[in-house]
Amino acid sequence: MPTQTPEATITKITEIQINGRAYKIDAASDTSLLSVLRDQLELTGSKYGCGEGQCSACTVLVDGNPRHSCITSVGAIGKKSITTIEGLERDGKLHPVQQAFLDEGAMQCAYCTSGMIMSAVALLKSNANPSDAEIIEYMQGNVCRCGTYPRIVAAIHDAARTMSASANGGAR
Amino acid sequence: MNKNLTTEVILEPERYELHNPPVHHFEIDRRDFAKIVGAGIAVFLLSKGAIAQQQGQQQQGESGGRGGGGQAAPKDISAWLHIAESGAITVFTGKVEIGQNIRTSLAQAVAEELRAPFDSITMVMGDTRLTPFDAGTFGSQSTPRMGTQLRHVASVACDTLKDLAAKQWSVDAARLVPVAGKITDPQTKRSITYGQLAQGQAFETAVLGEDPLIAPADWTVAGKPLGKVDGRDFVTGRHKYVSDMKLPGMQYGKVLRPESFGATIASIDVTAAQAMPGVAVVRDGDFVGVTAPDMQTAASALKAIKVEWKPTAQQPDSKNIYDFLKANVQTGGRGGGRAQQATDTTAIDSALAAAQHRLDATYKVAFIAHAPLEPRAAVAQWDGDQLNVWTGTQRPFGVRGELAAAFHVPEEKVRVQMPDMGSGYGGKHTGECAVEAARLAKGAGKPVKLTWSREEEFSWAYFRPVGVIDIRSGVNDDGTLTAWELHNYNSGNSGIDTPYKTGAHVATFHQTLYPFRQGSYRGLAATANFFARESHMDDLARVIKMDLFTFRMKNLQDDRIKAVLQAAADKFGWGKTKPAAGHGFGLACGAEKGGYVANCAEVAVDKTTGSVKIVRLVVAFECGAIVNPDGLRNQVLGGNIQGLGGALFEAIEFENGRVLNPKFSKYRVPRFQDIPPIEVVLVDRKDLQPAGAGEVPLMALAPSIGNAICDATGVRLRALPMIPDGTVKV
Repeated sequence: MPTQTPEATITKITEIQINGRAYKIDAASDTSLLSVLRDQLELTGSKYGCGEGQCSACTVLVDGNPRHSCITSVGAIGKKSITTIEGLERDGKLHPVQQAFLDEGAMQCAYCTSGMIMSAVALLKSNANPSDAEIIEYMQGNVCRCGTYPRIVAAIHDAARTMSASANGGAR
Repeated sequence: MNKNLTTEVILEPERYELHNPPVHHFEIDRRDFAKIVGAGIAVFLLSKGAIAQQQGQQQQGESGGRGGGGQAAPKDISAWLHIAESGAITVFTGKVEIGQNIRTSLAQAVAEELRAPFDSITMVMGDTRLTPFDAGTFGSQSTPRMGTQLRHVASVACDTLKDLAAKQWSVDAARLVPVAGKITDPQTKRSITYGQLAQGQAFETAVLGEDPLIAPADWTVAGKPLGKVDGRDFVTGRHKYVSDMKLPGMQYGKVLRPESFGATIASIDVTAAQAMPGVAVVRDGDFVGVTAPDMQTAASALKAIKVEWKPTAQQPDSKNIYDFLKANVQTGGRGGGRAQQATDTTAIDSALAAAQHRLDATYKVAFIAHAPLEPRAAVAQWDGDQLNVWTGTQRPFGVRGELAAAFHVPEEKVRVQMPDMGSGYGGKHTGECAVEAARLAKGAGKPVKLTWSREEEFSWAYFRPVGVIDIRSGVNDDGTLTAWELHNYNSGNSGIDTPYKTGAHVATFHQTLYPFRQGSYRGLAATANFFARESHMDDLARVIKMDLFTFRMKNLQDDRIKAVLQAAADKFGWGKTKPAAGHGFGLACGAEKGGYVANCAEVAVDKTTGSVKIVRLVVAFECGAIVNPDGLRNQVLGGNIQGLGGALFEAIEFENGRVLNPKFSKYRVPRFQDIPPIEVVLVDRKDLQPAGAGEVPLMALAPSIGNAICDATGVRLRALPMIPDGTVKV
């Protein structure tokens, strides 16, 4: 899933597309995307949890696909567009997945929550109505050390219902 | 004896079992306090000792002594509350929010007693400058102790508001009714808001918490399933954990770690690191660290340091650790004794000899890691000799003490703040990261953020203690327990006493040497002691061929344990026919820290491969009156899920002072696919005061699963984790 910088030479990266806007940055191409987000742009919603793509607290969407930003180099991004947790809320309205996590109380310390929500958003993009088994399989890479897994599964079902209802409503 | 092995208890295995009264502090003068919070009404809760002390000082003052009397800041305040002219209510407590949602449930308790809207309350928590001293957030004490104290403060504040309204209206306070942030006079239908009453006031009162509280049965705000306070900040990523903070001019730190536990520097060359632009190298004895304007440079600078380590002598490894513990019992230290019963060994020996059946067995628990998803982090800033530190810790005041000691400054010069953190589970009682960040900041002359890597968190924090438990027991055919002798080596005292009626009884904790740092952990020693006891009880019932549930019920002496065991058994369908061959049922129960728990488990074991599947779990829990059923359910469920790791597969592997699996790719924690259906049964005892719930719910989990595996296969697993590779040898 994650991509490493293929080129041997390190270049300078000066611009990056995040949450629909272009950011000026100054980063060596082998810098992790997570570090650029957190340390340079202060988009700290994406978290460091392991640095080896094992806990998914750092998950962001790259052209809509979930990526571990801790092991994705900023040089590998190019012109692709990145969505972080900060980019989900629109005009003060939470994304249905965010709202569902709130409604279900699907968090304790909530340090994993950003990554959980980003993975869930990606899941619902590819599968609008996942079964329990499909959710569990898709989310297996995300660690919640507080153990809120069953509530997260419930929240993803909630969000799926809300999103399909509003999609149907929109078609009318 | 290897001198590098830890010979003294750095971190008590059971901090919460210390009964020393904390030394209270109250740094800020009341006048400073008024400046911080503005005009309004403040209510301070004093202990009885403080009142006596104040009166003493007053008398001294009157007789020409040097006591400040009424002017002096009270030294023994445990909580306070402020009502501003805007009606905003601020509550100050030294407790911290680590994911247990205590910020929410404490605010609920205050809203209840104060009869104020829940949303009007802000909790200021874990700031050593603003909040009263608190020993720490552990031991499931926040709800029973702090919750009760805050309810008292709020109750007095409510009475104060009634008195103010009564005075304003010249009526009897007794006829006034507080509701939803207003005082109302039912006779005249007049009402006035708390904010209006606070206007122009500089009112303060210090009280003892003795007035009656609202009975749980009459609660209207407490007892409700309210969602996490500031939940929106967490789902949007806006909440700033310490690891997210950034101060102007802040540098990033990295610390050089020894190649093995206890190793010291033989030689070091930092010139290359020092030559890197923007890098400062800080060396103080064996402490070496670097700071840089960005993380990458800091990491490169650390790599550029050339160092040779001098390792310690041979240390035990994860294979021979259990023999090591029993061979290294420390006598005369802290530990042994608390739970020791009056019976001497002669009584036990003769009771064992007289028993119709004997059963002796040894149980083991491995070192496990807390692995909070947010590793240790601290931001430190020096302003002259004033030190400000933000860090994730369960003990901000303890960390302040560590910092003051490390830098030889008075505690008044150190302020520790604790933004809600990425949890701890008992694993963040200490301030090592804060001390390191402060040392780096001092050396660099700039604010420094230090975030431990996952490997550092696994290797250099501390573990749940490894332990060995020996049980010797005797039982008669009628189910009478005639003798019970338990020796716990190193894992701790908590939960060491059996709740079952026994004849001769000995339960002793033996402190031993241990090769790594070890300390508190959610459920800690009780998890080990429950595992040993409940596994052993199961085997005793099997020896006399008595039903496992009946045998426990016969010998349990506490009705509250019986009630949760019954509740779990009912929900589970104990005694019903198993769905298929290879399935097994197990149960376990107990009580600790005011909480009562029982678990039932169903497993399915593949007869050929030995592969174990947890089919379903039931956990019944009771902790008195429930303050927030949603939060409680979340704690009970989460505790059981976290507990699955230690029960089934989590273990630190180590060799010669090195942790061999310090990564999530090598240390398995419970994930989505590991979670069976879990039914939570909450027993709400509105007739009892609330107790804590962070730890007890997971204590009976491991033995319930072990008992189910034994039921399915006849194989008794006596070591945690029970099935590291997911299988049992059948």
